[in-house]
Amino acid sequence: MAQMKFLCDAERCIECNGCVTACKNANETEWGIQRRRVVTLDDGQPSEVSISVACMHCDDAPCMAVCPTDCFYKTDDGIVLHDKDICIGCGYCLYACPFGAPQFPKQNAFGERGKMDKCTFCAGGPAETKEEEYEKYGANRIAEGKLPLCAEMCSTKALLAGDAQTISDIFRQRVVYRGHKDGGWSSVDKAQASAPDVSANLDNMAYDATRAEK
Amino acid sequence: MHTLMQCLQRLRVLGVILMLAVLTAGLVSTAQAADPDQELNQAVGTINADTWREVKNGENFIDTRHDSTYSLINTSGETWRQIRNDWISPAGLIALGSMLAILVIFYLIVGRNDLDEERTGRKLLRWTALERAMHWTVATLFIVLALTGLNLLYGKFVFRHAFGDAFWANLIALTKLTHNYVGPVFGILLLLMLAKWLTVNLPRKHDWQWFKQGGGMVGNKHPDAGFANAGEKAWYWILASVGLLVIVSGFVLDFPLFGQTRDNMQWANMFHAVTSLILMAVALGHIYIGTLGTEGALEGMTTGYVDETWAKQHHNLWYEEVKDSAGQPEQQNPPVDDDTATANRPN
Repeated sequence: MAQMKFLCDAERCIECNGCVTACKNANETEWGIQRRRVVTLDDGQPSEVSISVACMHCDDAPCMAVCPTDCFYKTDDGIVLHDKDICIGCGYCLYACPFGAPQFPKQNAFGERGKMDKCTFCAGGPAETKEEEYEKYGANRIAEGKLPLCAEMCSTKALLAGDAQTISDIFRQRVVYRGHKDGGWSSVDKAQASAPDVSANLDNMAYDATRAEK
Repeated sequence: MHTLMQCLQRLRVLGVILMLAVLTAGLVSTAQAADPDQELNQAVGTINADTWREVKNGENFIDTRHDSTYSLINTSGETWRQIRNDWISPAGLIALGSMLAILVIFYLIVGRNDLDEERTGRKLLRWTALERAMHWTVATLFIVLALTGLNLLYGKFVFRHAFGDAFWANLIALTKLTHNYVGPVFGILLLLMLAKWLTVNLPRKHDWQWFKQGGGMVGNKHPDAGFANAGEKAWYWILASVGLLVIVSGFVLDFPLFGQTRDNMQWANMFHAVTSLILMAVALGHIYIGTLGTEGALEGMTTGYVDETWAKQHHNLWYEEVKDSAGQPEQQNPPVDDDTATANRPN
């Protein structure tokens, strides 16, 4: 069985927010609910980097573990879904989630939050009819044999969605092509790159096709 | 004319080819002029300890979600999950279970604390109607909150499997609704009750002696006690401290309108769970002593009146103060006289 995952290649993400818009459009989420977000670190600095984040469909999902209603479940494809008929809007999933994925339509006195909403990996959710499913959870593209719209519409193919093995292979190929010594999320020090001896360190860090191999 | 047109067309085609050639040459030259050092400087490749610290703390960070206060990765969530699920949850069961077990064993071995002497039939007003109303309202709300709270923590392991999704969905929705709306009412009433009973619960020297004698279990003589004995005072001060934490943390959780962060909510949740479980465990003891454990105690809080013998045995200092106002034995329904209960309450 496939284990569905998202992977965002921060090297490619250009912070265009196309994924955010695609998601909003595909799922017609409530006003104020934005299942996907783009986070930018060091905005405006040379070290600026962006990454698109939503529910990461964790193997050991903290939201599932803390939910007092036990409304979460994992599909055979490893997608974490929840039943809005059972959700009471307590907010515990949000406290536990590392990625800020669960959102609530309201935030009122007496803990009135409404039903939690989060990314479904475009896999819908439990409902009697297709219309009800769309109304509550948005698109079920997985049932149609399609991948999540955010990844499908990513203009730079930074955001990958699919079986963990497949997308990590794609990412691995990119990393090899880029030539990072320690992999895509390497621990190389940028300070070295901006130092005068940049050329000396270069081969340890990155090269492209135009640079002759030593 | 014919040849001229052909000539022009040829020229046009040539022009297009020339332009393409120039463009291609330009592209190639750009590619050749690529500066790997420049590319390197633009590459990501900088994920080091500093970056992860920024990610964790939400520094130098912008987010495209409206009103978002979330960092990229919320590391405290997993800590909260582990403390709640692996420590508080089992510890609560152990605390409540052992409290119940202790009480059952105590009842089986020691049994009820009976009156030493015959009842005289003379009644003393101990709790006024207002106090009784307050006590039973707070008690009822406490039990409602305890049961709904326990359902929020443990219910999913029991009811969903036992009764199915539809029942569980309704039960847990009602549970949350009740807990969140009854909670503030309980909080306010508990504060009023604490204010009302503050003076009679101020500690006195003889309270220490009461504890040393285990409330009368050690030694033959009953220790001195005023209107409230040291055990009651202990319960009062547990409510005034731990209970206050329950109220404050509950308020933080129930009214997420003051910009509480996820960290605030995690802390509030842990405090709320721990303190309320402590209260529940102690409340079991309070309920036992007030009902099964002591002969003649419950009637004080239901009718308001206690027997003279009971008063003399359990609250001798108070009895000395108010014995003259005791109702006569022949009176089946002693007149409600709130003054006797409130006039003299030496603690």
